[in-house]
Amino acid sequence: MEVITSLLVVFITAMITNNIVLTTGYGICSYIGVSKNRKSAFGMGVALVFVVFMASLVSYFLEMLLVALNIEFMQTICFILVIASLVQLVEMIVKKFLPSLYKSLGIYLPLITTNCVVLYVTKQICDVETILTGLGLSGSLANNGFFNFLFAMVYALGTGLGYFVCIVLFSTIRTKIDYSPVKRGFYGAGIALVTTALMALTITGLAGIF
Amino acid sequence: MKETKTSLRQAFTNPIFKENPILVTLLGLCPVLIVTDTFDKSWGMGIAVLLVLIFTNIFISLIRKIVPNEVRIPVFIVIIACFVTIVERLMNAYTPTLYSSLGVIISMITVNCIVLGRGEAFASKNGVLPSLLDAIGTGIGFFLAVSVIGLVREFLGKGGLTISNPFTGVAIFSAYPLEDYAISFLCDKGGAFLMLGLAVGIYSYVRIKLDERKEKEAAQVEVK
Repeated sequence: MEVITSLLVVFITAMITNNIVLTTGYGICSYIGVSKNRKSAFGMGVALVFVVFMASLVSYFLEMLLVALNIEFMQTICFILVIASLVQLVEMIVKKFLPSLYKSLGIYLPLITTNCVVLYVTKQICDVETILTGLGLSGSLANNGFFNFLFAMVYALGTGLGYFVCIVLFSTIRTKIDYSPVKRGFYGAGIALVTTALMALTITGLAGIF
Repeated sequence: MKETKTSLRQAFTNPIFKENPILVTLLGLCPVLIVTDTFDKSWGMGIAVLLVLIFTNIFISLIRKIVPNEVRIPVFIVIIACFVTIVERLMNAYTPTLYSSLGVIISMITVNCIVLGRGEAFASKNGVLPSLLDAIGTGIGFFLAVSVIGLVREFLGKGGLTISNPFTGVAIFSAYPLEDYAISFLCDKGGAFLMLGLAVGIYSYVRIKLDERKEKEAAQVEVK
């Protein structure tokens, strides 16, 4: 029972209260660049959720191999290679089997390689115990191999969905801002960042409800 | 001969002010939001990015004719990851306090859009010398923007400044004259977004004003 509630807490906090964009600032480049209209924001969000989950799945086992070979300092190089090739693979598969999805995602797929969120999540899930103790849960849950894997995957999925929620919400706000009289110079990125600051404040208010 | 000279100078000076990577082209914003809560971390990050940029730009421009076009992004990103790992290990060895306060963000330089962006847009199309100058210019532009934002945020958010020696971690200068009036919100993530937004907005406002003044002067000269 404790495991199920803990899983739920990890999922909800990763998605909403510890939202990756609004509370850490990772992934802000694509967040500012792609949120200009709702359709592209939606496409980017879906593509990212998928890539984050797949990359976490692969890198979780890759990390085991790295630890076994005692070469943990190669982590960044190995993970980024996994992410880059995975993105290329996903692009090819989607292009072949789901051409309509490829049309809407097309240009956003290659961009995901340089999205900080993916590398950050794959690095975070190598240490599940820190994630759990950071949320005030008992770290001993991570000792069981299967639960450890489960928590890692739930965390990855929650973080990806958090990015998705954040970018879609923000794109709807941004379409409204485009029609508002904004001070010269702040038009575009300046006002977008200030609006994000207000969103981040709102999220800060939710912190600690679990 | 003269043409190459001006283009070399432009390769160096353009990225510092005219195309500042953070304030104008809005590339590589993630580290800016994460490290700028203290001045020490900000300039440490600036130096790290400068080093990675110099090495990767030189290397990419050396191998630009060998790499096939289809796989250039994975190749470039692995090169960047290698140099980031080298810089990370060096920082771990020589500046341990800075390394532990920066944490995971150092290895995130790998996915920083500036490094891949300059490699892809400039170094893969130009020779070694222009690429080196471009890397130094971009690095200095990044360094200046990050340092200024970090300085303002730490001063307003904590009411003072601490500057420490990166090699030993001992504070060289530490003064908190306005500690009672500190706006602690500015050291949170919300404050990071706000300060970056204000910096981008004010910078482009000033640039618009300067451009207008230049145009006016040019128009007056024409009238005369």
